[in-house]
Parts: sequence; C-alpha cells; structure tokens
Amino acid sequence: PVTCRHDDLKEMLDSNKDSLKLEAMKRIVAMIARGKNASDLFPAVVKNVACKNIEVKKLVYVYLVRYAEEQQDLALLSISTFQRGLKDPNQLIRASALRVLSSIRVPIIVPIMMLAIKEAASDMSPYVRKTAAHAIPKLYSLDSDQKDQLIEVIEKLLADKTTLVAGSVVMAFEEVCPERIDLIHKNYRKLCNLLIDVEEWGQVVIINMLTRYARTQFLSPNQNESLLEENPEKAFYGSDEEDSKDDKPDAASLVKRKPYVMDPDHRLLLRNTKPLLQSRNAAVVMAVAQLYFHLAPKAEVGVIAKALVRLLRSHRSVQWVVLQNVATMSIKRRGMFEPYLKSFYIRSTDPTQIKILKLEVLTNLANETNISTILREFQTYIRSMDKDFVAATIQAIGRCATNIGKVRDTCLNGLVQLLSNRDELVVAESVVVIKKLLQMQPSQHSEIIKHMAKLTDNIQVPMARASILWLIGEYCEHVPKIAPDVLRKMSKSFTGEEDIVKLQVINLAAKLYLTNSKQSKLLTQYVLNLAKYDQNYDIRDRARFIRQLIVPTEKSGALNKYAKKLFLAQKPAPILESSFKDRDHFQLGSLSHLLNAKAVGYQELPDWPDEAPDPSVRNVEVPWLPTLRFSLSLSFPDPESVSESESESSSSSSESGSDSGSRGEESGDQSEEEEEEKKKKKKGKEGPRKVCPESAGRYHRHWRGEGAGSATSWELRNTSRDMGGLHDSFTSPALERRDQLITSQPQHVPTAFLPPSAQMLSPVFSTMKTYELLHRMAGEGLSVEYYFNRQPFPPDPHMVAVQIQFSNNTESEVKNLRVSEPKLVSGMRIQEFQEIGKSMVGIDTCPQLPGVNWAGSFSLWHVSSSTHSRQFYVSIQPPVGELMAPVFMSENEFKKEQTPHYKHCTVGTGTWT
Amino acid sequence: MIHSLFLINSSGDIFLEKHWKSVVSRSVCDYFFEAQERATEAENVPPVIPTPHHYLLNVYRHKIFFVAVIQTEVPPLFVIEFLHRVVDTFQDYFGVCSEVVIKDNVVVVYEVLEEMLDNGFPLATESNILKELIKPPTILRTVVNTITGSTNVGDQLPTGQLSVVPWRRTGVKYTNNEAYFDVIEEIDAIIDKSGSTITAEIQGVIDACVKLTGMPDLTLSFMNPRLLDDVSFHPCVRFKRWESERILSFIPPDGNFRLLSYHVSAQNLVAIPVYVKQNISFRDSSSLGRFEITVGPKQTMGKTVEGVMVTSQMPKGVLNMSLTPSQGMHTFDPVTKLLSWDVGKINPQKLPNLKGTMSLQAGTSKPDENPTINLQFKIQQLAISGLKVNRLDMYGEKYKPFKGIKYMTKAGKFQVRT
Repeated sequence: PVTCRHDDLKEMLDSNKDSLKLEAMKRIVAMIARGKNASDLFPAVVKNVACKNIEVKKLVYVYLVRYAEEQQDLALLSISTFQRGLKDPNQLIRASALRVLSSIRVPIIVPIMMLAIKEAASDMSPYVRKTAAHAIPKLYSLDSDQKDQLIEVIEKLLADKTTLVAGSVVMAFEEVCPERIDLIHKNYRKLCNLLIDVEEWGQVVIINMLTRYARTQFLSPNQNESLLEENPEKAFYGSDEEDSKDDKPDAASLVKRKPYVMDPDHRLLLRNTKPLLQSRNAAVVMAVAQLYFHLAPKAEVGVIAKALVRLLRSHRSVQWVVLQNVATMSIKRRGMFEPYLKSFYIRSTDPTQIKILKLEVLTNLANETNISTILREFQTYIRSMDKDFVAATIQAIGRCATNIGKVRDTCLNGLVQLLSNRDELVVAESVVVIKKLLQMQPSQHSEIIKHMAKLTDNIQVPMARASILWLIGEYCEHVPKIAPDVLRKMSKSFTGEEDIVKLQVINLAAKLYLTNSKQSKLLTQYVLNLAKYDQNYDIRDRARFIRQLIVPTEKSGALNKYAKKLFLAQKPAPILESSFKDRDHFQLGSLSHLLNAKAVGYQELPDWPDEAPDPSVRNVEVPWLPTLRFSLSLSFPDPESVSESESESSSSSSESGSDSGSRGEESGDQSEEEEEEKKKKKKGKEGPRKVCPESAGRYHRHWRGEGAGSATSWELRNTSRDMGGLHDSFTSPALERRDQLITSQPQHVPTAFLPPSAQMLSPVFSTMKTYELLHRMAGEGLSVEYYFNRQPFPPDPHMVAVQIQFSNNTESEVKNLRVSEPKLVSGMRIQEFQEIGKSMVGIDTCPQLPGVNWAGSFSLWHVSSSTHSRQFYVSIQPPVGELMAPVFMSENEFKKEQTPHYKHCTVGTGTWT
Repeated sequence: MIHSLFLINSSGDIFLEKHWKSVVSRSVCDYFFEAQERATEAENVPPVIPTPHHYLLNVYRHKIFFVAVIQTEVPPLFVIEFLHRVVDTFQDYFGVCSEVVIKDNVVVVYEVLEEMLDNGFPLATESNILKELIKPPTILRTVVNTITGSTNVGDQLPTGQLSVVPWRRTGVKYTNNEAYFDVIEEIDAIIDKSGSTITAEIQGVIDACVKLTGMPDLTLSFMNPRLLDDVSFHPCVRFKRWESERILSFIPPDGNFRLLSYHVSAQNLVAIPVYVKQNISFRDSSSLGRFEITVGPKQTMGKTVEGVMVTSQMPKGVLNMSLTPSQGMHTFDPVTKLLSWDVGKINPQKLPNLKGTMSLQAGTSKPDENPTINLQFKIQQLAISGLKVNRLDMYGEKYKPFKGIKYMTKAGKFQVRT
C-alpha cells in the first residue's frame, strides 16, 4: 500500500493544477515531519522546483534540503533554478535562492556556492547580505578547504554597517575562524555601538565574542586591587625601615606598573552592554552578566545581580541554567547576591533540581551575619517531604558548619538531633555529615561518637553504617569500651553486610588490633578469615593486605613496625566545598560551564595580558561624511526624540572627551575625578575619528525611532529642496508631524506676513519647545536648555537665533559661564556672546541669544560650555523646521505656494517658510 | 547551532522532527528517554543532557517536550530561550499549543520552523514578521485557499525584516483603533506558621493588545515610576527615554505583546491581601488527625478577593480526609495526597472555613513533615504595589484611538508554611 500511495502523490505532482501539487507537497512535508521516509519521490518533486506557485515552491525547497544529500545527482537538476533566482530583482527571491542553494549538501556544487556567497556579500540588500553570512558556515562545514576564501568574505561582511548583518556575520566568524581576533580590531567600536540595535540572537553571539576579544586586548581592571590586596600592610607602612628591604621589589613593581587606566574601548564595551541587562531575552541578560563578571572592575559587577535574580521568575529550564551560573558567581563574589538572599528561599513546589541549586546558592552566601537566618530556613527544609532535598539540606548544614566556626557546635547539635529522626535516609545523611564534622575536633565529642555507636543496631543505610564504623575505628581511644563490642556485633553480621560496610569492618578490626589487641585479637582473626573467602575480590585483597601488615609473622617485612603509624596517622579533615568552586575558568553562561567539561568547539577564555596590546589597532579612518550628518538631522520623528538625542550626544561626547582637552587642563580644581577625566581626554586625542562611530550609533537610534517612514521622508525632502533651498519643506512628513503637534494646541495663532526687517514684529509662540543641552545631573547642578525662538536675528538676517537658558540647581554659585571655542562645521558661523553672570545662585535664568548661521546644511553645532572649573561638551542640532528665514511674499503668492501642499501644512508654519 | 528539533509527547512518541542541518537520527532521543525515566517527574528532567556525540536541550511546556539537538558549544540559554519562543509562536499562531493542534497544522508548523532558523541560527523570531511570511490559519482563509488554490505564504519580504522596527508589520489597518493595557501583578510570598511574612515580592507585567492603524508612536507614563525596581522591556521600548524620564516610549508591535515586566523588591513593604489560619495536628497514638483552615482578607484596599483556591500536598501517611467546607468545593485525592479547595469569593463577614479529620495509616507514627498550603487568588481593579498609569499619548497618526487600562492582582507563588 505504501508504494500505491506514493504513486498517487506522484500523479498529483505531475498534474497541471497547482492546487493538486500543493496538496501533494503538503502531504509529503507532513510525512517528513513525522520522520517517514519520502526519498523515493525525489524525481517527481524536483521537477516542480521552478513552479510558479510560491507555496509549492517553498515546500519543494523544504523537501530538497532534506533529501539532496541522499540524491546528489538528481539534486543537481535544480541548481540552475537557484542560479537564476540569485539574479532576480526581488530581494526575497535572491535571498531564498541563496539560502536553499547553500543548504544543499552536495560537494560538487561547492564552487557555485562560493561564487554565490561572494556575490551576495556585496548585494545591495542587507537581507541578502545577511543570508550570505548565514551561508558561510554551511559551506565551511561542507568543505573546510574553502576556509581562506570564506575568511575574506567574513572580513568584508564584518565591515558591513547594518545591524541586520552584524549578528549573522559574527556567528559565521565564530564558526569559521574564531582565532582570527585581528579581524575584529577595526570593527570593534562599530560592533559596540551597533549592539543595542542588533536583534536579540545576534546580541548574544556578539557579546560572547567581544568578551573573548576584550580578554586579549585590555588589561585586567582589577590588577591594582589585587596587588594591594596581596600586601595591604606593606603598602600602608611602606616607610618603615624594618620592612624596607622586603618592600623594595614590591615598590619597584608598583612603580613599574603604571597606575591602571581603563582603555576607553574597554569602557565603551561595558557602557554599551549595560542597557541590555533590561532585555526580555534571558540569553541576552546572561550574556551581559557573564561579560560583566569576566571584564568589569569588581565594584561594577554588582549591577548584574538584580537582572539575574529577575530571571529566576522565568521558566524552570531558564531558572536551572541561571542558578548554576549564580552558584559559580556567588563563590567568587558573594557580596553581590547577599541583598537578594531571600529570592533564593525554597518553596515546596519547586522541582527538586531547582531546590538543590537554590540550596547551593544559599550555602555559598552564608556568612557570620546571616547564618542564623539561613539555619532557621534550613530547619524548615529538613521537614520537607522531598527526601533528596532533605539529604542535600543536611549536607548544606555540614558545609555551613565547616565554613563558619561560630555555628559549628549549633549545627552539630542540630545534626545529632536528626539522628533520632524516623526517616532512615535523614539519619544516614546526618551520620555522614557528622563524621566529617567530628574529624575536625574529635576529642570534644566522644559523647556523640558513643551515641552513634549505638545506632549501628538500627541503621541500615550502608553508607551510614560504614561512616559510623570508620568513626569508631578512628577514634577508638575515645570509646575504649564500646569499640570492641561493636566489632563483636559486626563480625556476627559480617557476611550479610554491603561491601562498603565490610571494608570498614576490616578497617575497624585492624585499628582495634593495633590499639587493643588483648580484647580484639580473636575477633580480628575471625573477621579476616571471613573476608578471605568473600565473593568480592576487593575485600579479599584488603583482608590479605591487612593481615600481612598487622599480624607479625616471620615473613612479614619492615612495614610491620610502622603499621600503627600507617593506620592511625593524623588524617586531615575533609574540606567540604562547593562543586561549583573554580568552575569560572569556563566562560560563564557557556555549555561547558554548565557541564563542567569542555564541550566540542568551546573557545577558551584567555587570561588578561600583562601588557596591553597596541590600542591604536582599533582606530578607524572614517571619512567625514556630510551626507550622514544630513540624514541624521532629518530623521527626527518628533521633538521628543530630539531631546533624547541631545542628552545622549552630549553625554557620550563629554565622556569620550573629544578634542576639548585644552580647556580642561586650565581648570584649577585637582579633584581626582577630574584628573581622571583629563586623562581620558588625553587618551581620546584621536579627535573626530573617535566621535564618528559614536555618532553612527546615534544615527541608528534615530532610525529605529523613525520607522519605515524615514525612507520616504528622505526622498520627499530632496525634491523639495530644489524648490525652497534650505528653508524648505512644505512637504516633509517630518515637518508635518511637528505641525500636528503644534496645532493640536489651541494657543497657536496663525501669524501675519512679515516684512524682511522683522525687528518690529515678535510673534509670540507660547508653545515653544525647549531642548535639553545639558542635564542637571550631567552638569553637576547646572542645566542648560535651548530653544529656537523663531524670531529673526537682528544683527544678521542670515542667522537663526537660539535662545539658551542656564539654570543653576545647586546652592553654590556658578561663576563665569561662557561658551568657549565652538567647533563649527565649515560654512557655519556663530555670533559670539559675552561671558555671562559672574555669579548665579539658586534658580536663575539668563537667556542668551547667540545667532547661528547654519550655512545651507543641517549640521551639528558643537559648543563647549565651560564654567569656572568644569567644562561640558555639548552639541546643538537644529531639528527640522527650526531653521527658518523670514521671506516676504504677498498674500497671493502665499496662497499660490500653499495650494499644492495644502493638505500637508497648516497656515501657522506656512508663513515662516 | 541548533541542529534538530524533536517534539515528544507525554507517552514518549516523537510526533514531529525538523532538521536544520544534516539529519540526526531520532534514536538520539533514547538518551532523553533514559534521563526521563531517571527523573520520574517531567519537571525534574535535566534541561541539558549530554550524550556521546550530541547535547540534548529541552523545555517542557503544554505537556510536550521540545528537545533541541546541538553538537557544539552554544550558550544553553540561547537554545532554551529559543525553544520557549517557538512555543510562544505556536500559541500565537494557533491560540493553543498542543499535540493535536500541532499535528493538525503540521505544514504551517513546518514552514514556521523553517523560517525561524537558518542553518540552526535564528532568522525570524518576531511573530509580526512570521505572520507576514506565513499567514496563520483561519477558517475563512482555509476555505478560500482550498477553492482558489491561493496560499498561506507571502511573496514579499516582510518590510519589518528590513526596517528599523522589525517587530512591527507595515500596512496595518483597522476600522476601530484601540489600545488596551493590562497591568497584572503577582505576589510571590512565603508566610510562616505564625502568619508573619518571610519573603514577599511583587512581579508585574504590562501586557498590551494594540490594534492601531499605521505607525503609531506611543508614550506611556506612570504616576509613580520609582516603584519599579527592576524592569525588562520589549525591544520596542526606547531605553534612553526610560533612563532619563521614566517614560515608556515605543512604536508597538501589532497585536498582543508583553510591553514590560517589572519587579517590586522585597525591601518595599508588600501588602499581603489574605491570611490563612490553620490548625493541622497529627497525634502520635491515634489514627485520626485534626485539620482546620480559615482564609480571611487582610490588606485588600477595600477590594474583594475572589477566585480563591487552596491546595496542599498532604503527607504520605494521610489515608483519607473527611472535611466540611463552609463554602466552595473540596477534593482530596488519596493517591496523590493532594487536597484542593475551591473557595471562590471571600466574604469578610463570613470567613470561609474548611474543617474535619484526617485518617492516618494505623500503626505508623505521625509524619514528621507538615504540609505547606498554596494559595491562589485574584483581585480585580487593583495593582497591589500601587502602580498607576498616568497617561497614554499617541503621536504620528491622526485618528483618536480608544484606550483602555485594566489592573489586576494575583497570587504568584504564594505559600503558607505550617
């Protein structure tokens, strides 16, 4: 019947009707989905590869990719269709042709694939380029000999500036040539800046790769700290004569090591990844968390704790992974999670594996101050119905007891109480833990040992029995009366015991023979005889070995003399430590970390270098692109986002320092912070080059806000430019949007026509939009706002007036406010204004009116606004619609201008064009 | 990255397989079945299972195991998060995600999976984009398609894929423009025997259903944004704007989405809206135990507590319970030892009460452990943290949308220890 049905499908595929073909393909795909073999239909299916119906075609692709490997010769028939598809004007078809072509695992077409990838890598459409990036690892897995050529393509695509491609190409990089870290240098800053706009999955891959990159290129941010920690005393008393000898090399090494200054690129990475802790995607949050754990200065790592704790609310599987990582982190940086202790409290409804991981974290977090709370919590856990969890809790108590001396006795007493628990597993686990604890201070606890000796009558769990026997043997001198009796009982039941118990019985016998041979000689002989004929060869071996060692005969060698030393040597107490200790040598968040074993393809996280490699490798020559700037100022969707961009740009440029360093050096204040700022500025001397990638970042931010509409606004704008020159845009949708905002408020009154000498007129715009130039937090109390008052600037009609408003939000005075050295794009002019207000106290506003000529293009206007001791670097960008010049026109002219665009604009702004 | 995906139902049948690279034999799932057997319960199956040549990463949702096969190092959360996204997408497409639905729509499922990954690396995971590529099945479309032979597959590249708002499809049109926001808060708490709070925190989400024409740009502001201790956003939210002004500014995806999740930390005092008084005692000698619980309102801000449900896992020694509730229905399953009591509304004048005896296994001593009581409840029209939305504004489009906001408080993981 199977072949019958397939015949039926073949018939449908051969028919002329698309609906029949589609039906057949759907049934075939359903077969594939169920894991049924449909390979014998290959010839019938492949014929339809060029079918017009798009769904049929798609399903044929699905089939082809699944079976091409098995039917290589027939698969070749389809290749020409894809080659044609690669040239299609529709980008979706080009992309899908490449996608399918590269998924067909037929070695013979490797050259065709290579060619297609190379071509697609320079395609106009970023979507096709993304597909090319995806194709790279496919080809590599098919034929690794292509590596060198593929690396060239990767290099090319790494330089791509779109967010769409970034994640996919880094993925290809990681699969093909993760060792070629040099390819990243030139793209490092761009990747950092694009990161926030890349799709979630790409973010994860990029962040993981950049973590590794940073480990090879920057210095450890904690190196000075660790140096100080090593000898805090000496650093403090360095001048003492006694120590001076020891100190010299240290002091020398301190001097040799320059004081640590974080590379601005290192800072850039930390700064740009931090917002992603807010991502909804757990993988992104984890990626940022591991980046901070591995790269951030100790003081800054704390920010990740909150985000990780948030993930604990997610699905069980996410919790499971996150808790394992938290467990590792909490060993190294306990303080970070301490405030969230209660978030790790266990609920009876948690699955066991989650409970045990939470317990691990709680134990890691225990310290002298919180141990009493934790132990109280543990007491509830011991009463749980989940016995595996109870056992784990008892072990956790044991670990707390070893780590925190203060509570050792409390814990021990608690555990001893558990010995009378009704549940055997609880008792057994307690015995094992008590055994470990007693080893630390046996002499004080002979009572407990006696108590445990009594338990041998009842307790059946082999591990617990073995532990008790070992304890009695080890400390038989503390319980001289009971020990031989225990041995007597055990020899009686010897044959019925488990193997581990038998071994410990032999052990006990040997130890008693050595310390108290009078009472135990015969018993020992008896036990050893039983053991001699045991089924288990381990036990037979042990018995033979021990007999030779302890029972003196003529043949026995020199070792006999040392038997006592061998058996009753002081044994170091076991260290109870977390199984997560030192797991952080694996990159956190990785599969290898989770398994605590190197997974296939794991890239080792390198150690920090001792000397920082040359940071200039990351410098990028970016030509000054006025067009970029142009579109940048175009793409504001509405005034709100402009103010966003202002604050963003002002903060980013002030941090990166740019080239306003000269002023900074004059400032008198020598506070440390400023010192560092200055250093940063010096470092940032690369000047405009450095600013570029950042502005590129901004650029993308805006585009994101603008949406698809921006593209159209571009074109419209360009056409309208011809008409109105700079002061244009009746038609700009961006302007239109502004207008809506303005007109939505009723106070806005249409104004009359203006004569060229506009001094006499001052239309009142009560809805003036102010933009923030300097936020009061960034400006240390000084805030600066500006607005375009839309009035002609009397001294020069070609200039636009900008009203700047300073307000002082602090108690103290602000002196000598002035704008220094505005950095202007060529063609721009600014009418300087005088230094203002020697003193400003409280909320005081001083409107200033500089005039600016924007000389025909929208541009950034950089201004360094400097006060007495601080200098802030800010920039003003004229939003669309604010650059206006008065134009005189008659009423008729106005109406004529207005009609074609009537639906786009309102009268109010119309007068101002 | 992700090599293959197997969907396995609770009886251990592999009912769907999809491979993004070369085919991995389904026998690899044997390792999974082994682990499943060891774990006894579904929720204790380790999410990551190493096998000699592969690693199996799985999530368990809607009684289906989604098992991904990988071969090389990859961040486990990357795969797990992706699997959850697959489940969410199915839910979005078909309303529910179940074995039956997946089998009924196997071709659409296959097409969606094909688009979600390319060579194992996520390609399109935004449901707005996917829905443009492959249209979700509706009854009308199914009928039309069978008659006209037209398809569910779009032939244009979804504009979202290329645009800077990849989460929103273009050309959205509605006759009724509406935007609804649900502020839902869940209280996670552990209450101890004496009724004092051991830990309590509030986890909130704002779920949105936005059906607006065109490219609306929304801003949502709160009366008291400082309450929000930790937030995570849908990618559409402009982070900078939140940082500087505590305003949510975004171009929304079309349809249902989670705008924001937030956390109100344990440091802020969390109001606990209900209390439970219990008296559960097992006596050593007798084979009877006493059981009584009363539920009452505490800090409810004058609102009614409804949908109250009490569940408790009783110790193994309890054979049966004979209880009388003052209201609602109760059941006790003697096999699983699960007691559940559907209380309904709490009337402050007449507090709901459940009282009676437990018969214990004769001859054994009383159980060591005390059961914990899990509570579910709902309070309409209240966000227990006090969070209030101030206003919602829309820019970029001219029409006036209909706006709505709803508050609700629920019990999250609310436990009372006894």
